[in-house]
Amino acid sequence: MSSITLQKLAHAYNPDTRRDADFALKEVNHTWEDGRAYALLGPSGCGKTTLLNIMSGLLQPTRGRILFGEKDVTAMSTAQRNIAQVFQFPVVYDTMTVGQNLAFPLRNRGMEASYITERVQRVAQMIGLERHLDQKASSLTADLKQKISLGRGVVRNDVNAILFDEPLTVIDPHMKWELRTQLKSLHREFGHTMIYVTHDQTEALTFAEKVVVMHDGLIVQIGTPQELFEAPAHVFVGYFIGSPGMNFMPVSVEGSRGEINGYTIGLESDYGNPVGRVVLGIRPEFVRLTKGAGLPVTINQIRDVGRQKFVNATLFDTEINIAVNAGVQIEADMTNIVFDPAMISIFCDDWRIEGSPLQKLTEGVA
Amino acid sequence: MSPPKRCWPRWTPVLADRRRRQEKACYRCPAFYCSCHDGGIRAKLAKLTTGEILEISRFKEQIMSLRLEGVSKSLDGETHIYPVDLELQKGSMNVLLGPTSAGKTSVMRLMAGLDKPDAGAVFWNNQDVTRRRVQDRDIAMVYQQFVNYPSMSVYDNIASPLKLQKKPRAEIDDRVQEIAELLQLAPILDRKPNEISGGQQQRCAIARALVKDVGLVLMDEPLANLDYKLREELRSEIPKLFAASGSIFVYATTEPEEALLLGGNTATLWEGRVTQFGPSMDVYRRPVDEITARVYSDPPMNFLPVRKAGNLVTFPNGQTAQAGDELALLPDREYRAGFRAHHIEVGGRPADKLAFEAQLVITELTGSETYIHLEAAGERWIGLIPGTQTFEVGQQLHIGLDTANLFYFDHDGQRVGLPRAETGRVSA
Repeated sequence: MSSITLQKLAHAYNPDTRRDADFALKEVNHTWEDGRAYALLGPSGCGKTTLLNIMSGLLQPTRGRILFGEKDVTAMSTAQRNIAQVFQFPVVYDTMTVGQNLAFPLRNRGMEASYITERVQRVAQMIGLERHLDQKASSLTADLKQKISLGRGVVRNDVNAILFDEPLTVIDPHMKWELRTQLKSLHREFGHTMIYVTHDQTEALTFAEKVVVMHDGLIVQIGTPQELFEAPAHVFVGYFIGSPGMNFMPVSVEGSRGEINGYTIGLESDYGNPVGRVVLGIRPEFVRLTKGAGLPVTINQIRDVGRQKFVNATLFDTEINIAVNAGVQIEADMTNIVFDPAMISIFCDDWRIEGSPLQKLTEGVA
Repeated sequence: MSPPKRCWPRWTPVLADRRRRQEKACYRCPAFYCSCHDGGIRAKLAKLTTGEILEISRFKEQIMSLRLEGVSKSLDGETHIYPVDLELQKGSMNVLLGPTSAGKTSVMRLMAGLDKPDAGAVFWNNQDVTRRRVQDRDIAMVYQQFVNYPSMSVYDNIASPLKLQKKPRAEIDDRVQEIAELLQLAPILDRKPNEISGGQQQRCAIARALVKDVGLVLMDEPLANLDYKLREELRSEIPKLFAASGSIFVYATTEPEEALLLGGNTATLWEGRVTQFGPSMDVYRRPVDEITARVYSDPPMNFLPVRKAGNLVTFPNGQTAQAGDELALLPDREYRAGFRAHHIEVGGRPADKLAFEAQLVITELTGSETYIHLEAAGERWIGLIPGTQTFEVGQQLHIGLDTANLFYFDHDGQRVGLPRAETGRVSA
């Protein structure tokens, strides 16, 4: 096992690489630390599969190098790189039993029989398949087959990394809870470097210690789930993480004072005089409905999902979402909103700007 | 006698239907306000030509209600769908909620007439259509996979059902533009399906299903193959589309939250049986049995064994609570209590709550919330708590549980007690 370093890595599918836009994967410099759990999150077409294929050796990058530990593996084949991969759909040998399927990667490398038995037993127990070991794989449901794929991914303890390509897409919601926890336990137990590619924010955030968010061939932020949620580095992260995503509205900022349509918003930092397209971002969870204080809104729709209600409202010309906890009543005279001042983000030309802290905290909304 | 061309501006069943409801209908032609037929409604049916009568009877036959009576289906001697009774009304959104292979697609195929039931019958407006061919039924279907004609433009894809019906060009154009506007496809009408994104491809498939204004629209997990964010976007649009069309919508999904967001009615399915059917919120809050409660909970519902004696319920930790009216009348024995993940509270020990010592198995952060997987009272629980909380795996936690949030189930899984908040609620 070793860390994986990407040095000035970039890839273009066509030979013409004069413009930035020609690159499906723009320049990446990143180190995947040994033994950590990562998620690579982004919509389809953002370049995450390109990056995955470059790491597994299925694709040669146009530029840059990949190092496993200190060793340059850019020119090495997939087999030489010693990587395990789990795909979206279960890949199992139907004619073999579950046990034989799990043992396959070990047997291929000529491991000792006693070691194989012990290891297969252990993995099967971790993923709850020990009762099925002697069963033919063909008789199992898709869920169980995908469990075999996961098990086969972790059965070798000498791989450099395990890459998961949307492994839970075809799994039922209830089963996802179980598989996700098992995957986390497997990571704790065996300590492999795991890189989990997905477009599903819930899967990414719940699985990973660090999430890498990609947009348009570019890594826009690398952070813990909390950082992505509370301090998105780019408007795309604000929009993509969270359901519904972050609310954005144009604002003019001067120092620690924001102004939206004549209403003053107190900010908790001093942003100076940002030049460019300045936008205020606030998550639905940090907007509160009030009876008269703050900005005026018109409520369009209330959707109840049991533990929460989602209110859709119009604030001047902008549509915004508000999350209301189940216990809170929404009354007819709740016509205004206030923002939690600590949770306001300011973006300039799509990127987050950090203000300098104020001497004295000001009130939320004047 | 055929009506003059100029009073057929936009002959679509939706308009015709709207007209009929307003009772200003011109029954001789489908124009909204007809000046050619002297107000129309006074025109006697007897004066009409056969063609006109057929045209009228066609739109009269638009489904107002769809009823399944004891419909069942077996495959290779194995029962696939147990007898299903369902009645769906015109203009209603109906969600079929259940895990994979619960029978959602099978029920839809029976509704559509793609499969014939072994027993029971399907009625449209009280008329038995069980033996009618699928082509002769007034339906459209959207599948999980995006089904479009790859060689045709988006425009031609959407127009294709109308062309098959041999509608006039101008009418097709009106209708396609209208539906494209609704589904945000207007700017890309001249592109081919492989030149647009997955979300747009599925929009195109949905547009094709809605363009012919059928009485019954069946959508089989239409968003399952889409990216998370696209799903969110399209999901908020579907209720709008549905409201605009006035058809009966049937929508299959595996996700409880999706069912709640779509609103309308929910039928929960489990292993080929419809376990409950009613307004979505009602089924969510008042499941009739344990299976329905499980199907309608994500994260999964948590359970704990309880013992009931007289009008007291004893919990595994020794604490007791008053049994509700329903439960108090039942025999003294073991029951199971169930509660949803967001009702678990961590820390503190308010006197009026059930207190459990739990061991933390694993935590999952979503940014705004934290899922905690616990071992408590010999059971595995999942809790959902607000904010980002950091715990050590293996740590002991004090868990609080309000008895007001508990469901009770008997050994057959029948619900025998509701959370206190629900007992006063009038079933919709």
